[in-house]
Formats: sequence, structure tokens, C-alpha cells
Amino acid sequence: MNAEVGNFAKRQQQKKQQIIELAIAIGLALVFAIVMPALLSAFRLKLLGRFVALSIVALGLDLIWGYTGLLSLGHGIFFALGGYALAMHLKLQLPEGQIPEFFTLYGVTELPWFWTPFYSFPLTIVAIFVIPAIVAGLLGYLVFRNRIKGVYFSILTQAALLVFFNFFNGQQKLINGTNGLKTDTETIFGVLVGSEGAQLAFYEISLLGLLLVYFLCRWLTTGRFGRLLVAIRDDETRVRFTGYDPTGYKVLVFAISGAIAGVAGALYTVQTGIITPSAMEVAFSIEMVIWVAVGGRATLIGAIIGTLLVRLGQTFLSEQFPEVWLFFQGALFLLVVTVLPNGIFGWARDWGIPKLRSLLGLQEQLITYPALEQDPEIQQEREELER
Amino acid sequence: MLELAVGIFNGFSIGSVLLLAALGLAIVFGLMGVINLAHGELMMLGAYATFVVQNIFQGFGDGALNLYIFVALPVAFIVSAIAGLILERGVIRFLYGRPLETLLATWGISLILRQFVRSVNGVLVLGIVLFCLLFFGGLWFLSKRTDWERIRTAAISALLPLSLAISAVAGVLVSKTGVEVLTKPWFSARNVDVTPPAWLRGGFSVGIYQLPYSRIFIIVLTVLCLLGIYWFLNRSIWGLRIRAVTQNREMSACLGIPTDTVDALTFAIGSGLAGIAGCAITLLGSVGPNTGQNYIVDVFMVVVVGGVGNLFGTVIAALAIGIVTYLIGSGTLALMFSNSDALQPLTDFFTFFAATSMAKVMVFALIIAFLQVKPSGIFPQKGRTAEL
Repeated sequence: MNAEVGNFAKRQQQKKQQIIELAIAIGLALVFAIVMPALLSAFRLKLLGRFVALSIVALGLDLIWGYTGLLSLGHGIFFALGGYALAMHLKLQLPEGQIPEFFTLYGVTELPWFWTPFYSFPLTIVAIFVIPAIVAGLLGYLVFRNRIKGVYFSILTQAALLVFFNFFNGQQKLINGTNGLKTDTETIFGVLVGSEGAQLAFYEISLLGLLLVYFLCRWLTTGRFGRLLVAIRDDETRVRFTGYDPTGYKVLVFAISGAIAGVAGALYTVQTGIITPSAMEVAFSIEMVIWVAVGGRATLIGAIIGTLLVRLGQTFLSEQFPEVWLFFQGALFLLVVTVLPNGIFGWARDWGIPKLRSLLGLQEQLITYPALEQDPEIQQEREELER
Repeated sequence: MLELAVGIFNGFSIGSVLLLAALGLAIVFGLMGVINLAHGELMMLGAYATFVVQNIFQGFGDGALNLYIFVALPVAFIVSAIAGLILERGVIRFLYGRPLETLLATWGISLILRQFVRSVNGVLVLGIVLFCLLFFGGLWFLSKRTDWERIRTAAISALLPLSLAISAVAGVLVSKTGVEVLTKPWFSARNVDVTPPAWLRGGFSVGIYQLPYSRIFIIVLTVLCLLGIYWFLNRSIWGLRIRAVTQNREMSACLGIPTDTVDALTFAIGSGLAGIAGCAITLLGSVGPNTGQNYIVDVFMVVVVGGVGNLFGTVIAALAIGIVTYLIGSGTLALMFSNSDALQPLTDFFTFFAATSMAKVMVFALIIAFLQVKPSGIFPQKGRTAEL
């Protein structure tokens, strides 16, 4: 009886916490949605919108790397696929019977068959996340069913990335090859994509997307599913011995992550005004990983913070000293891996905040041992277990 | 049939470059489970070392120029091996058992190396030397103190920014003086060309085809390296130790094998082989800061297909990938099927993939298909773990 009452109280408290978290997240998003457009110039706002779109892909990456332990170096594939899907739809906003003008350059007179579904807007929206999810699921299935994991998986995703890059680069007649698809000068619902109004709308949609994806990831990582993902990360063999088949879960989470990357790619494309195969360059996909690593693996907030920080730093540094940026980026990789393995957020959680608290004399009274009551990792695990 | 034979020869030569580059990677990966994304950049360093050696020999006249390659090979080996040694001692040593982190760290190093060859000049080198002197000198000096263990963290965190700042300021001051010799970049940001020695130009003709001497040279070089590595791993005492650590690190350590030294040595040798590969690719075309990137993914594929249990797997994988890539990419296969009408769809199929970039698409599909049958490569490491 007592236990039930305790459980009830605990659940009440959890609900309260969740509502608070929801309120904070929505409040922050509202601040960004209302204040930033008033403060920043159109150019800077567009930049911020791009960063927001990129932090969506970082969330997806965190889901598979931070929580499931699968380091994908090929997220550019899914990112670009989403971007291409939307760009193809925009390219098709033409009078009846015409085809996008770049086709005439290569002597193509008939629209390739796979372009036709993109006439319809709802189908395009579905394609933005379904196509990357299918590609990711298929690749994941072929790799995971053989229990290929760890660095082998990373290398294979990187090779897949290169393959897609080569394919998109080489097919001028199908998707305009290296030149990519320009979206700036196209219209969406009769509005020019490059116009200020449309860009503002895309910025707000990106924020909304980030919020939704954040809550999706939050929901995925907290329940039983999330615990299973962490178990796969920590000891896959043991998960197998306990009677689960990790393959299905890994394929599913990889596909979800791919879908998230697709959404991010679509939002990023309309805000940069072009999608080219360079979105599938090896360097870009590894860069995504460093955003997550800087912010903190297995913390969703960390992925967002990391992306915003690194991109801001990159914009600033490469505007000022373009030569130094590569040195700086390389050093960032080394530093994060060796000194800050849990990222900024993890460092603050595990070391910074407790230290600050003790400096301010705000420590709680201990009943047992510091190791049991103050170790943030143990606290976190305990909280997760009680859910 | 002659076309096919020439095609196979060309594929063989592509495969031998891959093999040369993959040998070092396979040894390192097999021993330490470390994925070295900077391997391509170590090749690039080897190529630049060759370039420098060639430029020095140019001063000695034509007779000497013909022989530069024999000096360039050991120099490239040593330069890359030293770079690899620094890499291992400086970074990778701290990351054993965390392969994914190692992968990211080596990518960071590869970025730094790429920018380094672009912007290296006298000032940068002076700054680095000064930094090393200050930092490591300071550490050495402080480590004489009796309470070294206690002040270690504080000392490092004080010395690091201090020596960085001093060397940065010194660098800026020196570059302000504007001495041309010091501020001029050593290599241009564009690709550099290495002219092969006269006796490697031209080729050996077979019918209407020509087999370039430089390709033959690379094949011979690969065979020599392979024999050397085979001898080293199977006949020398350090090779025995390397093989022991590859099989079981803990047990080897218990039996008194210095695993630390083995790691460093293996990494240096693997990097040195990358240097030799870099020297070899200068014979095929111009080299630039991004040269390594063109090879790295293919080389990884060789290691994945070959498996880490046996060098022989790497050999087979490299040659197979080289030959298949060439046969598909050059359109030789498409040509072979074009004779009969019954095989028309097959011809169309192979014609679609008849370009170097499209051949990679096909080869990747084949590799994925192959891994469905043999997930750990041709020769997997044998053991009794539940993991594959």
C-alpha cells in the first residue's frame, strides 16, 4: 500500500518535472522565434536558421551515437537526400509541359521517371523523411544483420557516403550533377523561396522542427526503448544473451536518425538556396559528429548547444582568419576526444555545477557516502531506473 | 583477350598501389584495433618528402636525378614513420580501447596535417620548435622536483598556455620583420609535380598497348615491401612480439613483452609503409594536400574485405578491388559483352557503370554483398569470443 502511494507521488513529481521541461523548451523556442527576427539582420537570421536546421541533424546523430553507440560517418547521405527531395519539388513549380531548364543543357527532353512524384507537395513532404529512412534502414539492415559494428560500421557508412557522392556528382542527366539544384529562384506556394518573408517562415519552421525532433528524441530515449538503446551501446553481447535481438532495434533507430537528417537537410537547403553533392562530402559528415561531441554525447541539449557553438565559432573564425580554421577544427577534434570526452554539457553536469555549488557553500547534507549521493553518473542512472 | 589481359594488368597495378597503402593500415588495425584516418595524410607526407628529395637532387645534375627515387624511398619511409611515431606517442596512446574516439582524433590530425603542408613556412616551424622547447623543457625541468606527482596537472595547465602564448607572440614578431625566407610558404597550395626519373618514363609495348614502366616499378616495389613485411613479421623477434600482441594483448604483457614499445614500433612501421606508398603515387600524377583523401576510403575497404587475421587477405582484397574497379570503370567488361546481342542488357548495365566514379558505386555494392557472406573479411581473426 505504502509503495503504491510512494509510486503515485513519484509519478506526480515526474509529471511535474516533465511539464516544467516542456514549458522551458517552448519558452526558449518562443524567445528565439520572436526576439531573434527583431534583433538580427536578414542575413544573420538566415545564418541562425541554418544552424537551427543543422542542430536537428545533430540530434539525430546523437540518437545513434550517444545513445546506441553507432558512429555514423555517412549522415550526409540522408541530409542530402532530404534536401534533394524538397529541391526537386521546388524545381517542378513550372507551367504544364515544361521541364527544369538545366535538363536542356544535357539534351534531356523528358522528365526522368523518378521526378514525377515530386509534383505533389504532400508526397514531397512524405518523401523528405521516408526516402532517407528507407535508405538508412536498408544499409543498416545489411550491415547489422551480420553483427558488423564499431569501426567497421563507421568505415562502411563513410564508404557509402563516398559512393552516393560519386553517384550524384556523375549523373548530370538525372539530377544536374556537380552543379546541384538551386532553390533560391524558385517559388513555393507562389512565394519566391529567396524572399525575406519566405526565409522568415523557414526560420520559424526550423525552430518548430527542432522542438518537435527534440521531443521525439526525448520520448525515444527515456522509455524502455531508450534503455534498450543504452544497453546495446554498453554491452551488445549481453543484450543478445538476455533474449533480445539488437538488429531490429539498431535498424529502427538508424532509420529514425536518417529520417531526422532528411528533415534537417530539407530545411537547410531552402535556407542556403542550393543543394549540391558537396553536402555529401566526407568532411561535412565528420563535422556533424564533432558538433555532438563538443556539446556532449548522450545529452540531447548538448547536441543542440554544440552545433550552435561550433558553427558560430566557425563563422566567426573563417570570416576573420580563413587559414586558421582548419587548424582550429583539427585541434577541436583532438581536444574534445582527449580532454572533454563528455562534451561541454557533460562536463558542466559532472564537474562544473557540483564544483560551483561547493564553492558557494550550497552543498546538500549527506547521509551516506559522497560516491553514492554525489556522483552525477550514479544519480543519473538512479533517476533513469526509477522512471 | 589481349584487352582483358591488359585490363587485368592495369587493375593489378591499381591494386598494388592500394595494397602498398593498405599494408600499413592493416597491420596497425589488426594490432591495435585503431582506425587511422590520418593514414592518407601520412602518404601525403611521404609524397612531399619525395618532392623535396627530388628538388635537392636537381641541384646535382641529370645523372644524380635519375637515382633520386632510391634515396626518396627511405627518406619518405623515415619521415612518415617519425610522424606516425609522434602521432602514436602524442595522441593515440591515450585512446586505446576507444576506437571511435581514435577515429575522430586521427581525423583531427589529418585536418591539421593538410593545412600544415599548405601553410608551412619558416615562421611556423620556428614557432613549433620554440613551443616544444619551452613546453617539454619546462616539463622536464619541473619533473626533477620531488613533489612532481602532486603538481603535475597544475604544471601542465600553466605551461601549456604560457608556452603557446610565447611562441605565438614570437611567431607574429618574426613575421612582422618580413624576412622573405621565413614567411614564404614552402609548398604552394596547389599540387606539386614530381618528375619520374628518365628510366621510368615510357613503357613496354604489347601489341597496340603500352605497359608503363612506372606501373611495373610500383608492382615490383609492392612485392618487395610485401616480402620485407612478411619476413619481418614471421622471422624477426619483434615480428614475433607483434604477432603475439595482436593475438592476445594481456597474455603477451604477462609474458614480459613490452606492449607499449610494440605499439609504437608497429605504428611507426605502418606509417612508414604509408610513406613508401606516398612515394610511389608521385610516379602516377601530381600530389597535393588532399591527395591522401583520394585513397583513404578505398584503402579502408581493402582492410575491411581482407580481414585482420592474415596479411594474405589484404593482398587478395587489394588485387581484387583494383582489378574489378578497373575492369568495370574502363568499360572493358561492357566491351566484352558487346559482341553478342543476347547479352545486350548486360552490356547496357556495364556501360552505365563505365566511369571511374560509377565503378566505385558498383564495387561498394559488391563489397556489401560479400560482407553478407563473410562479415569479418576473407581471413577473420580466429578466437573463441561470442563476438564476431
